[in-house]
Amino acid sequence: MRTPTPRRITVALAALGLGLTSACTAGGGGGTGGGPKTDEKQTLQVWHGWSADHEVKGFEDAVDGFRKLHPNITVKVTGNQTDDQITNAIRGGNPPDVVASFTTDNLGQFCQSGAWQELTPRLREDGVDLNMFPKAVQDYTQFKGRRCALPLLADAYGLYYNTALMKGNAPPKTMSELTALAKKLTVRAPDGTIKVAGFMPSVQYYEHTPQHIATSFGVKWLTPAGTANFSKDPAFKAYLKWEKDLLDWYGYDNAKKFMRSMGQEFEASNPFQKGKVAMAVDGEWRTKFIQKEAPALDYGTAPPPVSDDRAAQYGGGFTLGTIMGIPRGSKHAEAAWAFVKYLATDTGSLVTMANALGNVPSTLPALSSPGLKLPAQFGTFLNVFKHPATTTSPSSPNGGDYLVQLQRFVQDEWETGKVKDPDQGLRDLDAKVDKALELAGG
Amino acid sequence: MAAVTGASAAAPRGRTAGARARRHRRLRVLAFLSPWLIGFTLFFGYPLLATVYFSFTRYDLFNLEYVGLTNYRYLFGDQDARRSMLNTLWLVTLMVPLRVLFGLGAAQLLAHLKRGGGLFRSIFYLPYLVPPVSATVAFVFVLNPGTGPVDHLADLAGIPLPDWFNDPDWSKPGLALLGLWAVGDVMIILLAAVLDVPRQLYEAAEIDGAGPWQRFRHITLPTVSPVLAFAAVTGVIQTLQYFTQAMVAGKVAAGQSDQPGTQLAPGYPGGSTLTFPQYLYDEGFRQFNMGYACVLALLLFAVAMLFTLLLLRQFHSFADGEAS
Repeated sequence: MRTPTPRRITVALAALGLGLTSACTAGGGGGTGGGPKTDEKQTLQVWHGWSADHEVKGFEDAVDGFRKLHPNITVKVTGNQTDDQITNAIRGGNPPDVVASFTTDNLGQFCQSGAWQELTPRLREDGVDLNMFPKAVQDYTQFKGRRCALPLLADAYGLYYNTALMKGNAPPKTMSELTALAKKLTVRAPDGTIKVAGFMPSVQYYEHTPQHIATSFGVKWLTPAGTANFSKDPAFKAYLKWEKDLLDWYGYDNAKKFMRSMGQEFEASNPFQKGKVAMAVDGEWRTKFIQKEAPALDYGTAPPPVSDDRAAQYGGGFTLGTIMGIPRGSKHAEAAWAFVKYLATDTGSLVTMANALGNVPSTLPALSSPGLKLPAQFGTFLNVFKHPATTTSPSSPNGGDYLVQLQRFVQDEWETGKVKDPDQGLRDLDAKVDKALELAGG
Repeated sequence: MAAVTGASAAAPRGRTAGARARRHRRLRVLAFLSPWLIGFTLFFGYPLLATVYFSFTRYDLFNLEYVGLTNYRYLFGDQDARRSMLNTLWLVTLMVPLRVLFGLGAAQLLAHLKRGGGLFRSIFYLPYLVPPVSATVAFVFVLNPGTGPVDHLADLAGIPLPDWFNDPDWSKPGLALLGLWAVGDVMIILLAAVLDVPRQLYEAAEIDGAGPWQRFRHITLPTVSPVLAFAAVTGVIQTLQYFTQAMVAGKVAAGQSDQPGTQLAPGYPGGSTLTFPQYLYDEGFRQFNMGYACVLALLLFAVAMLFTLLLLRQFHSFADGEAS
């Protein structure tokens, strides 16, 4: 018998390591189907990301309808779960049966990797009509034709305006009107610093990210091949020009100084709630915050303005929302599908959750439900959500990195004036985004 | 003939017995080493091997695809990786020496206090106990030029202050300031080392006419140099892994909450707080490029090893020089 030498031990350890490495990447197996039938007695594990008491209660109330419909299924709901936890559970081979994620931008990875199961065969089998969801919603729940999620409530963006600060002016419908009104309503101190901003165009202002504002210019985020489209679509340049012109009117240093004094977005110190900003683009959830933190604020809402050449598209806006799916390795896939289908399509459940969370219910029938009890200003967001011109940003296999890169470009290079030539800047950005997409196999 | 036969028969028996004894000895050594060996293999050897393996793949946390040197090639043209390396290098070359110097200064001061030593030790050490996230949030708020009390007081005194965490040129000095504020860990080990220097050496030096600086230079420094080496090496390794404070500072200063579902560009302002580990995390867990993140991890490992070896060599040569 030969004595093992240190070299042989090393080789053996290396082989073992590689073996383990390969074995540990498979995600613990688990098919896409199987498990007990829906009418069998079973326990369904459901993970979602909501954590506040009223949110958790809203979700539980919505699930109660499913419990009544399927008394044989015990639904165990776990809140406050992040994408990292979901991913780890799937990789560990012991995932929950249903998962919900706020990070819509990660859908590309969920679908491409197969971490979330393809739902198309089930949708077809059960005859679910996808047209109950607006077009934009249908878009953000699929990646390259693979539908691995259904929507669970949505966010729509609109223009909030402070009625007193508007001084009788009507909310703007085009970007030119917005610019003119922003200048008119801005109040400056004698030294030029901003006391009240009509509208702060900087991407550093909370929800005024390129993702939300450039949509008003009708941008097409990616080419049909899924590559970056920044330099090819003139709408991006139009957005950049508008943004910089208005920012320069304020003066970059003045704008920075103003934004530094604003406080945090999700606190009572939010400048719109404090009357420091006359108009702002924000999500529908702000109505709930205002109700709670600034109940005396007299404000209105309107669809976001659009670029002058797109006046016919006024009424639409940007939408995105929570997604829900069945992870690979779910042990009760049949019941999980029944649950996902129920929660995504049942008007009663969606209305219950929308009322509790202050979000937009994600089906067209639910939008007109008399059960919706939300502030009067909320109606704007329901209208934006169902408007045919409303769009979303497509998923990418690297977690919406193209949006992060654009945000960084505008914030660090464009607003500061480091990049003078927008064409060259956008071309460089395209190259950078495409290289990253290629790395991710996009 | 028989004797020859006997001798030739005895020799292998003797060799076998000797080999058996050696093997037993080796096994005994291995048995004693096994807890460490198992731990090392499982928690260092295997992850290292796995990292090397993954670095040649496109790995999205679920699927593996061999891509050869693609990830390594991408590194060379990656501007964000370069920026994060430079930021981390800045922190290593400035924050670590500053923390060691400041810690040594505080230790010297505290060692020579006649009264209130315990109180001042606690005051210097306490900031280190504040959780990094809380400390960073507090620091960013306190130094906020618009709403922070420091700026307000400086304004009253007519002293212009920088924008700290909102200015790409001042965000890293802001982080270094935070590091100096929480210098308790370095200070406490250096204080122990300073207090450990034999008194008679100082007395003998004083008799020989050595002044305070000469006593510090020729007695304190050589005696505490192993502890200084330890502080520097662990400081470099910690700073190469600098993550929490930089990430929190960037996000708080940007005024944007990292709500689930949002995609924030890390490193605000202007990528100045994007450290290498932050970038590694972003690539691996937010962009799902785990294969590329493994390349970054290996680079970090290599750089940490290099820094450690260089520092140890420097300190050894300093100690040898002093001894001779």
